Amino acid sequence: MKLERKDLLAIKDLSAGEISLLLDTAASFKEISEREIKKVPTLRGKTIINLFYEPSTRTRTSFEIAAKRMSADAVNISVSTSSVVKGETLKDTAMNLEAMRPGCIVIRHCSAGTPAMLAGYLDCSVVNAGDGAHEHPSQALLDIFTVREKKGFIEGLKVAIIGDIAHSRVARSNVYGFTKLGAEVTVAGPPTMMPPGMETLGCRTTSDPMEAISGADVIIMLRIQMERQKESFFPSIREYAKLYGLDTMKLKEAKEDVLIMHPGPINRGVEISSEVADGPYSLILEQVTNGVAVRMAIFYLLLGGARDDE
Amino acid sequence: MKRVVIRGGRVIDPAGNLDGLYNIYVMGGRVARILPAESDAGGVDAGSPDVELIDASGLLVTPGLVDIHTHLREPGFEYKETIKTGTGAAAAGGFTTILCMANTMPVNDNQSVTRYIIKKAQAEGAVKVRPVGAVSCGLKGERLAEIAELKEAGCVAVSDDGFPVANPNLMRRALEYTRGVGIPLITHAEDPVITGSGVMNEGSVSTMLGLRGIPAAGEASMVARDIMLAELAGGRLHIAHVSTMGAVECIRRAKEKGLSVTAEVTPHHLKFTDESLSGYNTDFKMNPPLRTQKDVDALKEALKDGTIDCIATDHAPHSVIEKDVEFVSAANGVIGLETAFSALYPLVEEGSLTLPELVGLMTLNPSRAMNLDSGTLAVGAPADITIIDLEKTWVVEPGEIKSRSKNTPFAGLEMKSRVVRTIVDGDTVYKG
Repeated sequence: MKLERKDLLAIKDLSAGEISLLLDTAASFKEISEREIKKVPTLRGKTIINLFYEPSTRTRTSFEIAAKRMSADAVNISVSTSSVVKGETLKDTAMNLEAMRPGCIVIRHCSAGTPAMLAGYLDCSVVNAGDGAHEHPSQALLDIFTVREKKGFIEGLKVAIIGDIAHSRVARSNVYGFTKLGAEVTVAGPPTMMPPGMETLGCRTTSDPMEAISGADVIIMLRIQMERQKESFFPSIREYAKLYGLDTMKLKEAKEDVLIMHPGPINRGVEISSEVADGPYSLILEQVTNGVAVRMAIFYLLLGGARDDE
Repeated sequence: MKRVVIRGGRVIDPAGNLDGLYNIYVMGGRVARILPAESDAGGVDAGSPDVELIDASGLLVTPGLVDIHTHLREPGFEYKETIKTGTGAAAAGGFTTILCMANTMPVNDNQSVTRYIIKKAQAEGAVKVRPVGAVSCGLKGERLAEIAELKEAGCVAVSDDGFPVANPNLMRRALEYTRGVGIPLITHAEDPVITGSGVMNEGSVSTMLGLRGIPAAGEASMVARDIMLAELAGGRLHIAHVSTMGAVECIRRAKEKGLSVTAEVTPHHLKFTDESLSGYNTDFKMNPPLRTQKDVDALKEALKDGTIDCIATDHAPHSVIEKDVEFVSAANGVIGLETAFSALYPLVEEGSLTLPELVGLMTLNPSRAMNLDSGTLAVGAPADITIIDLEKTWVVEPGEIKSRSKNTPFAGLEMKSRVVRTIVDGDTVYKG
């Protein structure tokens, strides 16, 4: 089995078969992280560059650990330490990095479409680690992986995604991913944060969180950026938490074995109450654990000598 | 005195209500006679050494095309375009008169810059250049530029193009003042607050791409405001690059009321929709942004019924420094001079416009909107003439573009119809 592509840019581009291949591969790698010696030689001699133009702890660390557990050499570049401050263009930065012959560049950037732009310039693999409000494919893969691990299947599940849909790349990637595997996704948020034509991505939309929660098998809460308040997306954190925050009261309407997820970092008491975040249904930390396995699978399927041309 | 005879072409001159096979006689850079090809014995001038004979049989002959909205970038941004390269591109696109916007560096908000542009254009320009001065000093929207002096120096209109005149009081005063000066005011109608950091049309495509949207209502609301202020203040309001159905409806109502409002649309807003951005190609990024099919259909209808008066390219050259970057950071604007007619000819083939209508939209109508004496083949008029081969097919190759910048959304597209000769004051300035 192979991933017949150079880059991983968007879940939208993937077939259900490719998603399943990534998930199956991740499942086989998860055990490595449980070993005492958490390392396999699979990607020895490969270089992976994490090029992060946005602050990130979780995602960047996860990609780095995934690379290291596969014995690849991981190099991290963040905006403040790179030559970006010298006014070099992104293209020049990327071309220079490629001149050092990495196998893969993992990029996070605040401007949507930037990973696709780089993928066009570069011969090495490009992995999108989040681009603007466009996509965050590895997050969706680890979310789907986590659900599949718990439920055993995706098809027919009711998935609710609640919060700031407009600014969320996680929402977009998850809508594509879950629906491609046969789940039914409803996204909910205040109309101010529901982008126009969201239904065209394949989900249902509602401004009523209860409509999404009721009967849900999976609830994914999205982080709310505090600064959105200043831009009049909602009047106050207090009112937002009251209307859209997930608490034990709202949770009663979901299925009994509901799974609660959040891409992190969480705002306790805003989009999710502490009781729910720390409660029995919460998979927030398992998502993080699974993130490493999913990213190992991504590197393996892009770099592992599994492609025809290598 | 030099003479030119253009023989046997299908001459369309909406100003003179001409459509048929005619021979055009040019003398001393002016149109001397136009005679029906059939009954014109011809030959009178043939063989004479100072007569240039141009065989236009099988070709379309029109008044020189007029583009009332270009950016020539000089002075200040010569790495993007110069008056020389920009007018060269204009000539290749069949344009004989072009207006250039004021957002140069320094801004064309005073006589010295206007005079520089005119002098440079006379020395190096392939076609006629008529500058547009700024409405406000530095395009800052704070206080009026010396508009009467700009006109005296040669500006034919004023505009803060690139920016709206956001302050309604300044807009009112500008309209009042230009009424006195007798010069049109071209508005870039956009509510800058609602646009915010938007980079493309707001809709399902922006949602899919995760890009910040620019709502169509931000154009219509500013067009409505400008029309109401024009009603209050008088003045000749011209609305640049209309892109939305909402704006079209506002303009239609204003015209029904008899207000003195004109409007233009670009070829790219008639040709493409926001779907073209799905690959994040910055050569489709401009302001106003590409809209939806519904808007494109409304724009075509508005051209047909006269709500929109004319076509203008908004030729906006940018180098790779501004374009080959992250989509959000990329500069707005596309070039359009060399592809304009060819991009629009499909409107005739699909039946949206007749050929004389299209010619009028690119010659007489823009001239009227800006009070220019161009766009006509009347006897005595300057012999600015464009010859077009409607059957010729070609592919837009960025490498063959005359403009210094190559940021065209038409790259790689096959076109039908091409300008084959452009004549300014009787002299051929471009031959394809």
